[in-house]
Amino acid sequence: MTNDAQTWRAWLTSERPASRRQARLGRAYAAWSRFADNRLAMAGLFIILALLLVAAFADVIAPYSAVTDGDLRTARLLPPSAAHWFGTDDQGRDIFARLVHGSRITLFVVILVAVIAAPVGLLIGTVAGYAGGWIDAVLMRITDIFLAFPRLVLALAFVAALGPGIVNAVIAIAITSWPPYARMARAETLTLRHADYISAVRLMGASPARIIARHIMPLCVSSVIVRVTLDMAGIILTAAGLGFLGLGAQPPSPEWGAMIASGRRFVLDQWWVAAAPGVAIFVVSLGFNLLGDGLRDALDPKAAGQ
Amino acid sequence: MTEALAIKGLAVEFDDFRAVDGVGFSVAEGESFGLVGESGSGKSTVLRAVAGLAPVTEGAISVSGETIGHARSKAFYRRVQMVFQDPYGSLHPRHTIDRALAEPLAVHGIGDSERRILKALDEVGLGKGFRFRYPHQLSGGQRQRVAIARALILEPTILLLDEPTSALDASVQAEVLNLLEEIRRERGLTYVLVSHDLAVVTHMCERLLVMQHGRPVELLTSADLAARRIETPYTRELMVASEGFRREEA
Amino acid sequence: MSALLDVENLRVSFPTRSGVVEAVRGVSFTLGRERLGIVGESGSGKSQTGRAILGLTPPHATVTADRLVFDGTDLLAASEKERRTLRGKRIAMVLQDPKFSLNPVMRIGEQIMETLAAHGRGSGAEARRRTLAMLEAVQIRDPERVFNLYPHEVSGGMGQRAMIAMMLVAEPDMLIADEPTSALDVTVQLQVLSILDKLVAERGMGLIFVSHDLRLVSSFCDRVLVMYAGRVVEEIAADRLHQSQHPYTQGLLNCLPKLGQSRHPLPVLDRKPEWAA
Repeated sequence: MTNDAQTWRAWLTSERPASRRQARLGRAYAAWSRFADNRLAMAGLFIILALLLVAAFADVIAPYSAVTDGDLRTARLLPPSAAHWFGTDDQGRDIFARLVHGSRITLFVVILVAVIAAPVGLLIGTVAGYAGGWIDAVLMRITDIFLAFPRLVLALAFVAALGPGIVNAVIAIAITSWPPYARMARAETLTLRHADYISAVRLMGASPARIIARHIMPLCVSSVIVRVTLDMAGIILTAAGLGFLGLGAQPPSPEWGAMIASGRRFVLDQWWVAAAPGVAIFVVSLGFNLLGDGLRDALDPKAAGQ
Repeated sequence: MTEALAIKGLAVEFDDFRAVDGVGFSVAEGESFGLVGESGSGKSTVLRAVAGLAPVTEGAISVSGETIGHARSKAFYRRVQMVFQDPYGSLHPRHTIDRALAEPLAVHGIGDSERRILKALDEVGLGKGFRFRYPHQLSGGQRQRVAIARALILEPTILLLDEPTSALDASVQAEVLNLLEEIRRERGLTYVLVSHDLAVVTHMCERLLVMQHGRPVELLTSADLAARRIETPYTRELMVASEGFRREEA
Repeated sequence: MSALLDVENLRVSFPTRSGVVEAVRGVSFTLGRERLGIVGESGSGKSQTGRAILGLTPPHATVTADRLVFDGTDLLAASEKERRTLRGKRIAMVLQDPKFSLNPVMRIGEQIMETLAAHGRGSGAEARRRTLAMLEAVQIRDPERVFNLYPHEVSGGMGQRAMIAMMLVAEPDMLIADEPTSALDVTVQLQVLSILDKLVAERGMGLIFVSHDLRLVSSFCDRVLVMYAGRVVEEIAADRLHQSQHPYTQGLLNCLPKLGQSRHPLPVLDRKPEWAA
């Protein structure tokens, strides 16, 4: 068994890969072992994996329903106990159950924003950086316009126009979070544009689209991924902020920000109502931050060159 | 003899700076021609202008008698290829050697890539064991061999060499220069070699142009240079400088 | 000849993911008030040797030696503070690229004056006078003008001269020059070398000249150490280099193309594993 593992390791770390697949896997393994050496990053990864599991098995884990009100006479604002681990809220609902179900909303927001914002930012940034000239000027002025507004204010405006709701909140956050990625991808493209290996591809007669898609984007992807992971905390907080202001998820949906908003009325006497979702937001944000830091070290092309 | 490459009255301007001014020469088919000068002489810019990587402000460039317009066609790149100075910067850090060699074939829609890649690797003296490695797993000399293989895989007739060995150790330089000579002999290629090193240029080329501050200084044959039949003081200065340090006797 | 620097069995090793790599493996030499060249190809450990003497080895690396004595001071036993005082005051270093060694947001003159101040050798008008004199000594034609320029406003050759002026203004006893002219054009290279040569001769300094360029080193130095794979494979008087016995030195000399000699193909170096043993 250990022998098998050693052969695998040798195969992965081979200096002389014999196939495309081996080369690719070897590279991934090198990045993984750099990542795995970083304990904090592993802690971050553990938190995010736990979040995924909780979201996937929410129905099994949660002991009560997240949305149906409890008995308002007996089950309202109960402190944490064996029956209700995190206590109950003002509608008599179990807070733990609501947190567990709320993780789905958090993941939904985070993934949807990443899927919309990152590719848009990457595309606009690399095209602007590579093309230069007026294309660059136009794309970057548009980016500047979006960057000029504070994110929450712009998101507020969009939600106000589109109407409150979690999907609209996601769209609003996505629209406001791509400009930094575009900026970053452009800056990186500018440093790459005059590299000899890009000149060499131009000398093959490759089209600009091919150069951007196959040669420049892969180099910008890792830093965008890192940045998106680091931004996740901010995205969760913005979603929570919109929820808190009543513009995101609508009651009775167990969105963490909305839960804090409803808990703030009793924050002095029944602190757990607001504290539990607050801690959840904090832990998940921390998890994404640690993961992002670890990814930055593991994916850094300079470190990969060693 | 037919002209492989002819340049007339070439000028290259960046913003308001004239990097190359009034440079002209022609290279016969199968000839090896050198451009020598110090930094800022514009020698590399001439090569980049031929390759279409620097703007041609004035003058004309023709390849095999055909004048090259502003936009280069794909056919042009099948005829003219280039090897860059810095072996650490000329290979994509995330692409395997295999991918670097497959890319030009894919761009030009050339099939049979499997055989061509193996042949190209073999030709530059890298076995197929190198095929799936990443650039960071190679030494400077090996990377430069890959860059040469990449330039050759489209089977060009003219190879532009921009200081191909100046970033390499002396012993590796000898190996790469020998390889370049061997390939030229086998394929009957035309070379234009840029270098700051007079000895390298005279070793590799039959004729050379000395440049300074973007302008041509002197056109001479390597035999003339070796026999010290030199007309201009600048060339003489370069020649003396390349022989090492001389302590002035007090 | 009293030795200025005495190095015995110097070793520098770097821990890496795949084990410890020894960059320098037991180098010994002494330096008097002379010009000593250290030549080798990349990875031969020549630069790490120079850095270890100065105490500029990266912190994660280990430096050991049986003896590392500079003019009576044991460098290995010296504290970081003592070494810092030695560095600049008595030992100086010139690096390959002035761009990385000069502070980009400080005028050249101020940087040189600061070096003087840091070693308590005059201040104010006196320091200014000495700085200008030093700039003149490295053959900068208009010292007043260069004094007020920022590093990015001068050419590579001028920057390297300013760097040399900065290093020599505190009148060190020993100068370590690591590829001081490799980034320069050949004609400028010789000017910088002759300045260095004159200063070394006039001030009686010891010079360690680290370079990959065998031809340059042999024409400039008195004695040459040839390094290969972290070891000194040959020590030879510079003017006798052509009678070198070691196949590596011979190979290095041979593989360079030479003006007026037609050798096709060039002889290549056939590396023998026993050279590294």
